Amino acid sequence: MPIETWLIFILGFMIVGSIIALELKDLLSAVISVGIVGLGVSIAFLLLEALDLAIVQFLFEIFALIILVRAFVGKEYHIQQPSTAHKIQILVTVMALGLILALSINIFKLLPEFGDPLFTTAKHYVEHGAAETGSANIVTSIILDYRAYDTLGEVTVLFTAILGALSILRGVVDKSSGGNHETK
Amino acid sequence: MVIYILCFALLLVGIYGILTKRDLIKIILSLGIMGYAVNLMFILFAYKRGAGYAILVKDKAVTAMVDPLPQALILTSIVIELGITAMLVALAIRLFEKYKTFDITKIRRLSG
Repeated sequence: MPIETWLIFILGFMIVGSIIALELKDLLSAVISVGIVGLGVSIAFLLLEALDLAIVQFLFEIFALIILVRAFVGKEYHIQQPSTAHKIQILVTVMALGLILALSINIFKLLPEFGDPLFTTAKHYVEHGAAETGSANIVTSIILDYRAYDTLGEVTVLFTAILGALSILRGVVDKSSGGNHETK
Repeated sequence: MVIYILCFALLLVGIYGILTKRDLIKIILSLGIMGYAVNLMFILFAYKRGAGYAILVKDKAVTAMVDPLPQALILTSIVIELGITAMLVALAIRLFEKYKTFDITKIRRLSG
């Protein structure tokens, strides 16, 4: 089968999975449905010859699943009471998004066809990457040599996000251990 | 082109979740779905028909590779997404401690 058929199958699966995840009442099922979507992305990366990304996406999915299940499952879950105003809001949103999708089809016709990338900047990297950086894996040579500042920024953002999460959660930890250090 | 439109539809499903759901958890999941769609779109743009992975081996033509630049950028993006998810989850846990609910229509007070 050609790769387009596989990708259309996986993408359809992912769209159905995400709609199910958003509409389910049960929290654990919703989190696991999103996990299916993420693993579908991982398989799509494999089909599209992005091996490093497939591995990273798989790991990301497992970690995100662990974080979400650990944080949310077991909490008292509020079931929404569907009111008339909320139903009108949903209807208007679905119509507006459908209109956006219909109007965007003309824009996607302007893009280069699938399977025929522009390949302008990357041409230099592919042709001279091995000689200039000594790495056989071109993705590695881009991350760690050509765009090393980008990676430094990434590490900074990750560090800041984890620091933020820890400082937000710190009061909870102190309270549960019996301390009196919760800041108001 | 059908693949691009399907990928955009996945992004729109995420936007739908953010706009209509009232649970913090569902909003966090919607943000994750939007992230998946954007990452996948970049890699779809990078695919070259009949080309292999971007690793040099002997007796392989240099031109027979997919575009490595979007892959490098998206590798960064995925890792940052994990940090953002962790921080959002921490915020949601703190809000739950204070208000005993995840319903955003009931979380109104600015302080106290």
